[in-house]
Amino acid sequence: MPNILVYCEHQDGAPKKAALEIVGKAAELAAGGDVVAAVLGSGLDGDFAALAQHGATRILKADDGALGSYQPEAYAAVFGAMVAELSPRIVLATSSPDGKDLMARVAARAKGGLATDCIELRAAGDGAQATRPIFAGKALVDVDINSATQFFTCRPNSFGLGEADAGKSAAAESFAAAPGDLRSRVVDVVAAASDKPDLTEAERIVSGGRAMGNAENFAILDELADVIGATVGASRAAVDAGYAHHPMQVGQTGKTVNPVMYIACGISGAIQHLAGMRTSKVIVAVNKDAEAPIFGKASYGIVGDLFEVVPELSKQLKAALE
Amino acid sequence: MKIGVLVKQVPDTESKIRINGDGSGIETGDIKWVMNPYDEYAVEEALKLKQAGGGEVVVFSLGPDRAQEAIRTALAMGAERGVHVVEEPMEPWVTSAKLAEVVGKEELDILFAGKQAIDDDAVQVPVMVAELLDWPHVSAITTFEHDGGVVKANRVVGGGVTMVTETQLPGVFTCDKALNEPRYASLPGIMKARRKPIAKADVGGADALVAVSNYRLPSERPAGQIIEGETVEEKVAELVRLLREEAKVI
Repeated sequence: MPNILVYCEHQDGAPKKAALEIVGKAAELAAGGDVVAAVLGSGLDGDFAALAQHGATRILKADDGALGSYQPEAYAAVFGAMVAELSPRIVLATSSPDGKDLMARVAARAKGGLATDCIELRAAGDGAQATRPIFAGKALVDVDINSATQFFTCRPNSFGLGEADAGKSAAAESFAAAPGDLRSRVVDVVAAASDKPDLTEAERIVSGGRAMGNAENFAILDELADVIGATVGASRAAVDAGYAHHPMQVGQTGKTVNPVMYIACGISGAIQHLAGMRTSKVIVAVNKDAEAPIFGKASYGIVGDLFEVVPELSKQLKAALE
Repeated sequence: MKIGVLVKQVPDTESKIRINGDGSGIETGDIKWVMNPYDEYAVEEALKLKQAGGGEVVVFSLGPDRAQEAIRTALAMGAERGVHVVEEPMEPWVTSAKLAEVVGKEELDILFAGKQAIDDDAVQVPVMVAELLDWPHVSAITTFEHDGGVVKANRVVGGGVTMVTETQLPGVFTCDKALNEPRYASLPGIMKARRKPIAKADVGGADALVAVSNYRLPSERPAGQIIEGETVEEKVAELVRLLREEAKVI
């Protein structure tokens, strides 16, 4: 019965889906042990009941003005204090940019081993063993951690979201800890141009390759993405050609993604791109070249001109979803 | 300023990864080794900072003998000298502890690194080094400005939100692709690099906290189907039907 501390990311006053997913996994691994959900932020007056409904036995809230935006020193001071106080056997977080950043700092402070980007977690001894990809998914390894506390960050959409149990609840407790003197500060936060989820958390992705031809043509991918609530990505070839920005890049030198559906448009399927998206549940490929390697990985392929296929797909999906 | 850079030697991104006979690692025979692509941005930013205000750029790497080539690459780009901890990387904690020890001896003003190494994708070492040195850090920066011991840097996080940060030096900064255009090593630079010093550092033991085993290739995705049809409308209609009824993702 390991006790587990879960770092829960939240947005707009509610836990993120990826946080509920790891709380559910923690409840499974804890097998009756404590599952403590940690929520850090400033002005936390949101509704965090879903954490209990997915398996948290306690909810710890650290509410401090210095925690308004993620900042590693302040967050490490507070979350590190939680780790020190609770001495959990296992710490889980989401494999987001912030989750990985915070866990590296806190694990080093606790002299704990950390495995990032885990896609499987299973009970092993009195703790857990993880499976994680290396080389952006070209290979897999198992990871055992032999420190007193084991730290894992988990890739979103790896475990699936269990049913919420409305009968379960847990009172939120406040956790007081000083963020300390900060030598690094967030002085401004510039909102994203889009409100779409990040590629690494997206359930649906529409991605464009070199065959898009120019940046303006990505508009047809934006349109399809809007119809199905997807985030738009790009191949390295498209980014290097200047058609898309680097944060949109999927692949070994970009983002590794794990969506339910990945629609690859005009992407040939270079080894380093395939590495970054191969775990997508369903892959759709649209390409003029019937010999393109992407068709070897795609669940469904259409050989054809993306400039005809993609607008038609937007049209028919829109009709289907109405 | 005294500027440090962490570099790692990794397989080129085009490398096909093969697993060795007993699953304890990868076959390294055919691999072309390069400096980790993100580290090139770190070296470039270090060199730009030196060019702006003077100083020295010291390159640190932990890796076997061949990793010296990655240090040489940085020296050829314009760094002054290297420090090489000669051993196979085991796991991030051990690497971090050893690099923090050699970095800590140099009294640096600032340390750059790539945002992640593209082999183990751990995204741990620079942050752990910062923690062990008790320095602040900012990960995956896309802009960098230095003025009087304070660094202003942007970090793009989930969903494209930009965090504008200000950091009092010394500090650790990990570099993302959008930060700069890394220079190529010139021929004179490569010639000069041969004579630049690389010190071999001997660092005492740090116990591994993580054991990695059972290296394997992921199962191949079963080949899917190419959707046939006379017209684009027909093909798309069949795709939509399959997404709804077979894959159940719409």
